[in-house]
Order: sequence, then structure tokens, then C-alpha cells
Amino acid sequence: MKLTHLLATAAVALGMATSAFAEDKTKVGFVYVGPVGDGGWTYEHNKGRLAVEAEFGDKVETVFVESVPEGADAERVMTQMALQGADLIFTTSFGYMDPTINVAKKFPDVKFEHATGYKTAENVSVYSARFYEGRAIQGHIAGNMTESNIIGYIGSFPIPEVIRGINSAFIHARKVNPDVEFKIVWAYTWFDPAKEADAAKVLIEQGADVILQHTDSTAPLAAAAAAGNVVGFGQASDMAEFKDGPRVSSIIDDWAPYYIARTKAVMDGTWETMSTWDGIGAGMVGIGEITDKVPANVKAEALAMKAALADGSYHAFTGPINKQDGSAWLAEGETADDGTLAGMNFYVEGIEGEIPQ
Amino acid sequence: MFKLEKRPQPSKAFAYLTPILAIIATMIAGGLLFMALGKNPFEAIRTIFWDPLFGEFAFYYRPQLLVKGGPLILIAIGLSLGFRAGIWNIGAEGQYIVGAICGAGVGLAFYPMEAWYIFPLMITAGAFGGWAWAMIPALLKVKFQTNEILVSLMLVYVAEQLLASMSLGLLKNPDGHGFPGSRNLKDYPSAFNDEIITGSGMHWGVLTAFIAVIFAYILLNRHMLGFSIRLTGEAPRAAKFSSVNPTRLILFCLGMSGALAGLAGMFEVSGPAGQISIDFNTGYGFTAIIVAFLGRLHPVGILFAGLLMALTYIGGEIAQANLGLPAAAIQLFQGMLLFFLLAVDLLTNYSIKRVKTEAL
Amino acid sequence: MDLSAINPALLIASLLVAATPILLAGIGELVVERAGVLNLGVEGMMITGAICGFMATIITGSPALGFVFAAIGGAALSFLFALLTQYALANQVASGLALTLFGLGLSSLLGQDYVGLKPPSTPKLDIPILSDLPFLGTVLFNHDAIVYLGIALVAAVWATLKYTRVGLVLRAVGENHDAAHALGYKVVRIRVLAIMFGGACAGLGGAYISLIRVPQWTEGMTAGAGWIALALVVFASWKPWRVLLGAWLFGGVTVLQLNLQAAGVAIPVEYLSMSPYIITILVLVIMSADKSRAPASLGRIFHASS
Repeated sequence: MKLTHLLATAAVALGMATSAFAEDKTKVGFVYVGPVGDGGWTYEHNKGRLAVEAEFGDKVETVFVESVPEGADAERVMTQMALQGADLIFTTSFGYMDPTINVAKKFPDVKFEHATGYKTAENVSVYSARFYEGRAIQGHIAGNMTESNIIGYIGSFPIPEVIRGINSAFIHARKVNPDVEFKIVWAYTWFDPAKEADAAKVLIEQGADVILQHTDSTAPLAAAAAAGNVVGFGQASDMAEFKDGPRVSSIIDDWAPYYIARTKAVMDGTWETMSTWDGIGAGMVGIGEITDKVPANVKAEALAMKAALADGSYHAFTGPINKQDGSAWLAEGETADDGTLAGMNFYVEGIEGEIPQ
Repeated sequence: MFKLEKRPQPSKAFAYLTPILAIIATMIAGGLLFMALGKNPFEAIRTIFWDPLFGEFAFYYRPQLLVKGGPLILIAIGLSLGFRAGIWNIGAEGQYIVGAICGAGVGLAFYPMEAWYIFPLMITAGAFGGWAWAMIPALLKVKFQTNEILVSLMLVYVAEQLLASMSLGLLKNPDGHGFPGSRNLKDYPSAFNDEIITGSGMHWGVLTAFIAVIFAYILLNRHMLGFSIRLTGEAPRAAKFSSVNPTRLILFCLGMSGALAGLAGMFEVSGPAGQISIDFNTGYGFTAIIVAFLGRLHPVGILFAGLLMALTYIGGEIAQANLGLPAAAIQLFQGMLLFFLLAVDLLTNYSIKRVKTEAL
Repeated sequence: MDLSAINPALLIASLLVAATPILLAGIGELVVERAGVLNLGVEGMMITGAICGFMATIITGSPALGFVFAAIGGAALSFLFALLTQYALANQVASGLALTLFGLGLSSLLGQDYVGLKPPSTPKLDIPILSDLPFLGTVLFNHDAIVYLGIALVAAVWATLKYTRVGLVLRAVGENHDAAHALGYKVVRIRVLAIMFGGACAGLGGAYISLIRVPQWTEGMTAGAGWIALALVVFASWKPWRVLLGAWLFGGVTVLQLNLQAAGVAIPVEYLSMSPYIITILVLVIMSADKSRAPASLGRIFHASS
């Protein structure tokens, strides 16, 4: 008997038979790429899960597995969850893309939500956040606050999402400060406090007095605090413990509204596959409290930009913008389309250095 | 008073008994650990050891044992040959990665052409890649007496960086929207390492692992080279006086373990994993070292040890999902297993004798 | 590309900081290996020290106490290794690897509730005139106490091994344990003490990473530093001052490659990241050609058969 057939039959049988939990409970599974205590990416996804539990109480039951490597192990964990009766599974890392599609094929009645991916199916949705909107605000504040005109950027991997962030921050920093320059260091990790601390220290030593990071730990902020007069931003979570020190604002991943909405859709039977890319407006990207270290007028401008981004009246990538080689990209007033943004693999004019290949 | 006395011959009875004793001791200690974490120890042990084999979804988990255990067994067989002769290849993880890169690279070079000879070519490339990577410490040891433990280990880190470079550069999927990672080999039939019997979990890598077990058994027990290996390990001075050529041995052992590790990497990337990505390697090269010791460096022992290790992994995942057991607990569990085995191994080589203290 | 952005004084200062964890672990392992024991479990001991030190600092609020507990934690873990190899006569390579695995798992488990916390900071030295010197001030006089401890430890180990009786006995045990036993020295006891010293040093090195260098706790944060320390000992041909040099070299390459990246040098990042490891291999090869060899009894199991 083909395994797929067997699995599907088992799942159906389970769905019909009395299972370990009450008939009317919706079971939601979460697959995490890192530990729940990482204080960043996975931590926020887990907060989303807890919000789902808080919202629906007894009607829902959640399970999660953390630190699941991408590849065959991820496929097994997802299959496990589906076999145990999950109705909705969130897979929270880009690298889970192919495993999600594979498992979704075997369990057509289970819904899957894949974060930051691009492959969908009848029972697979993708979702991501427009972090670049948050970067625009960060760039604005950074450009204003830097005194050395050197801003350090700790990149994780040279993928479109990170390039978008760098570009967005740079555009807005340059707008308020034409002399500003970015120094970019690639850590080749999403989360490695030691490497991030080293990267931050090096950037600070080379003159940066503002640090932007696309890696998830608080280590760069700690390095900024140790250096004394360096400013930084929280990444993925608020990192509020550094409020008295270097952290002037932050980008917060807030998955709760989306997770609650999708769980409700499964419970109501209205779930459909879709591709979601939400920003500040929909509540997916939160901006952490801007501290008083930031001058009042800058803070006001930043908040105004936030409101404009939220209601759609301003797009972070609005022309005129040229590519790094000088060729024209966006004309005056023209905004970037989602397609180009999704696959962004070029720097904008003014950024020095090359994207590592 | 108790005294340890070296046995003239290692005890055969204890050689079979020690793994079982170690497993029981680990279950007890593990149970205590789980209790300290607030979980029901019996339920935890049952979830880890019993459920994957005989539980509700065992029809799914049993084949997964082969999927997870296959690469472990394959690598461990290669390692055991060297370990027996005192040649310590700690860099199997690096050889695994390089084998995967070479195998996948060859396969992707042919894309989208379909032909029967692509997969065999990939196998050759994978074995060659692993062999070549292991030759570095081998040649350095032969020529300069450089410690192979450290060189092979440093090369693991180099290989990891190479993997990142390949995922982002040479092997990056052109249709991948700029994201790192190669094309998925599951979508490329000529290169896909499929299950030989659908639903059994047995892909070509698993089959190769079984063949390797048989091959190693014959080598060690029937072939002159195998005899040399065993001799060098058990009686190094005698080996020096006999016709054992240490250079040949080093090159063979390291080369063989590198090739097998490279094969494991290649089968894994073209099968269960599917693509070359930055996080492709999951520590099989290091876990295989534990498997080799658990299997007492004996081919058949390694077969069982590999399956046991796979069981702890899969059972551990179930325990994480169902009981909320932290992933770190499983790692600790595996470390304990090895500790107990090493401790209990004492009884194989030494017997405990009661000694009456003599009156002075 | 702007190489002038790299500040040599800061570079060397960072190098000293980067070198300290592996220096501490390395000098400890040197003592262990001079006594004839090969302990591959340095990584496990370092990370155990990292979490013990971190937990102690968070709970007591004092980094100094943290380092003390880190040393105790590392020594305690190494005692398991000592039991296995000296009393249960197990294979040293396998035991060391088991120790690494066990240490990694234990530290992850202990550290579950401590991820992401911020420890109290360790003060840096601030000598009135010396610390303000333009170049030397930054390089030599602005570090925290542990950096100086590391260098002092190297000096202490060198002096002990070379000039004291204790050192002589340790070396004798490492060169020929049967002869040492025949002479009446307690081989097992000396080795156990050496192993525990090595564990304590490794623990200090690990705590340096979690308390000062990062400072934070994460699973597996030592990221291979223990293995580098092992390489250092071989690199140093088992001579204490050479461990210092090796640590500086390795720390230096690590720090330099990040600086080169930030300065915009066009070498691909992955190759820069590989460089410390490749350079270690090259140096190992060169050093293997050196006439000094390992202690003759290194790795061999000792069993008094009298």
C-alpha cells in the first residue's frame, strides 16, 4: 500500500475516531527553527502561539517542537504533528519550504502556513512581514543621530529580505544626512551572539556610532552599551532591557494578529490559501517605543512616517531611486512593486561594496 | 578490598553484555533525569524507546529509523576501521559535507538532462569528494606526522564555510528568487535518491550502509588488510615487527572512512534532505563516532548501534512534541549512553577480584 | 575599500580579548597533556563553565563569584572524565568525546531559563596614567582582570613545570608512567589533579565568553573554541609560552578577518571565515616538523600491575 495513502487514511480515521483531545478542539502545531528562549525570532513566534491560546482558551490546543533542523527532520516533525491530529501547522523558517510542501501533499486536510517562503499550494499559505518599513524608520533616526556619519550594519545572509532592509534603511538615512555611509559586515548566521558581538565591536572600532542589525540576539546592543556612546535598535523583539542604554527603538515581529486570524479561519471553515505580506498597518511589524535619547523633532518625524506607512500613504521605496551602478530604477513618485522587492538582489545607489555571492 | 586484574583475553560474554548493561543504566539514569524535569519517567522512556517501534504510528516511524540510521551506520563503519587501528578520523562531518557538495554538484551540472548514468556519476563524485577531503589529514600525517585528529577537525569548519559559499554562489538555484540553497534534487528524477521499496524508508544510502556492514565484516575477518588493522590496534609493537605497512594503513583507513562519509553525505543531499543549503549538515559525522563506539567497533554492532541511536533521535522528537521534553535532554541522554558504555566496558577487559589484605 | 579605517591599537586590544578564552583552556589542557592524558572534552568543559559562571553571576550578582563557580563547574565535569579514564580505564579519545557531548547537553539543559538574560558587567582596568597612554594604553592597560589572569597563568605554569618539584613529577608521569609508578609516585592521583586543573581552566575560558566577550548565554556558544584550544597545545609543542603565541595568532586572525570585511575588502566572507582554521592547519604542519614531541605516555592507559 502506498505510504501516502496509508497516511491519509490514518489521518482521516483519527479525525473520525475519538482522539486524545475533545472533538471540537482545534489543534495547532508550531515548528520552530531555534529555541523558544532565543529572545528574538522564535521567541516572537512563540508569543504568537501563546496569544492564540489566550484568545481561544479551551477551543484550541497548541503543540510545538523547537530547534528543528531544516530538511528531513523537519519533514518528520511536521508529519508527526499531522498524524497526531493537527488541523493547522505553522512552519516558521524559510528552510522549511520544501518539507512543508511535501508533507502538505500527504495530508490534504491539514492546513499549513509557511513563514517567509514563496511556494504555495491548495493547503499551504505563505506569510511574511514588511520589515523594510521598520527599517525605513530606523534609517531615518540613524541618519539623524549619527555624528561620525558611519552607520554599521550587521547582515545575516545576503538574501533579498536582508538586502531590502539595508536599502530601505540607507535610502532614509541618506535623505536626512547626505554624508552618511554604511559599513556592512556579514555574520552568516541568524543567531550567534558571539559572532554578533565581534561584528558589532569591529564596526564600532571602525568608527560606527549607530548599529543596525539583521541578526537576532542582544549581543550587538550589549557591545554598543559597553562602548558607551553608540546607538542601536532592537531586532525581532523589543529588547527593552537596553532602553536606558543604546536602544532607541526597535522592530518587533508581532505574529499574534495573523496567527489568531488564521486559526479562526480554520475553526470557521473559511481558511483559504493566500500569500500575505503585511507591514506596520496590519500590525505585523511593530515599532518599539522611541526613547528620549532621540531628539523630539526626529521622533515626531519618525512617528509621522510610521503613520504614513501604516495607512499606505507612503511607500518605503518611492522614487527617484537608482541602482548601485547608477542605472535608473524608480522614477520620481514611482513605488517599487512587490515582485522586484521579493527578489531584490541589488544595492541602491550610494552603498559601497558588493553583495557577497 | 577489590582489585582490577587484566584478563588474559577480553571476555566474550561481557563484550555482548556491556551494551545491554549500558542501555539499562542509561534508561535508569535518564528516567531520573526526566523525573527531575517534572516528567513521568516511564512515559518518557516509553515514548522514546517503545512508541517509534510499536506505537500507534510505528508504520511511519519504523522506516524513519532506516532513514535516520542509514547515514550514521555508513559513516560509523568507515570510522571504525580507522579507530581499530588507532587512526582517529574526527572530521567525518567535513567529509560528509564535501561529498554532498561534489555529488550534488555533479548532478546539478547535468540538469535538466535525464539519463541513467547521472546517479552513478553522483555516487562516484560523492565518494571521491569525501575521500579527497580525508586525504588531507592522511597525507599530512604520513609526511609530517601531523595529528590527524586536529587537522580533520579543522577541516570540518572549513567545509562548513565551503558549504555556505556553495549555497550562496556556485550551486545556488537560479529559479530560487535569490534565496540561498540549491535546486531541490527531489524534483530531478535522474538525480533523486528514491526509496527502493516505497514506504520502507530504504533508499540507496541505506542499502549502501548494509553493504558496507557486510564488506567491513569480510574485510576485518577474512582479508589481510583487516588483520593488519586489528593487529595494529591490539598489539602495536607486534604490528611493527610484522609486515604491516603503517603508511598504507593510514591512507586506507582515512581514505575509506572519508569515502564512506562522502557517500553518506551524497545520499542524504539527494534524498531526505533534497538540497544543498547552509544548514545542510546536522552533525551526523560526530554522532557516527558515538555509534562506532556503541557498536564496539564491530560491523554488526554498529548496525544495531546506529538503529538504536536513530531510535533515540526519533523517540526524542516525539517526546518533545508530546511531553514537552526539551531537546537538550535528549543530547544529554545520548552522552550518558556513551559514558555508561565506556564505564561498563571495563568489565570486558578487566575482572574484579576480591583480595584479602594480608596480615603483615 | 578603506584599510585606514582599521585602528591598529584597537585591533591588538581586541586580539588579546579574543585570545583569552582559548588561552585559558589551552594552558589547562597543556598541563593535562604533559601529565600524559589526552582530554578531548575541552569543548564540553568550556561550555559547562560558561553556563555555571553565567548562572552564578545572575544569581549572586557578582562576576567574580561567577568565575569561581565556572572553574568549579569545569573541574567537576572533568572529574567524570577522570573517573572514566583513570579508574574505569576507558579509552581516552572516546571518553573525551563523550564528555563533550555530555557537557553540551548538560549546559543546554541547565541554561534553559537563562537564555537572553543580561549579566552584570565586569569592570575594566583603569589605571590613572597608564590607561590613557595613546597606543600602549589601549593595548595593554584597558582590559578586564581575566585577560591579565590568562597571561599570569601561562607564566605560573611555565615556572612550575620548569623549576618546581611538582612540575618535575608531573612531567615524569607524562613521559613514562610505569617508571614513575615504580619510583613511588601516585600516577593516578597526579593525573586526576591535572585533569581537574585543566577542567577548571577550561571552565574559566568558557565563562569569559559568556560573561565578558558576548556577554550572554546561548546553547553551544563556545562554537568550537574547545577544539581550537586542543590545536593550540599541539601547535605550542607542549610549551607554555607558545600557547600564548598561538592564542594570539588565532585570536588575531579571527579579529582581522572581521575588520577586513568591515573595511570593505573584496575577499569573499566565507574564505575569510575559513582562514583561522586553515592557518591553524598550516601551523600544525610546520610545528610537527619540530623536534619536540609529545609526552611519551600521552593517551596511553595506565594500570598499575603490581
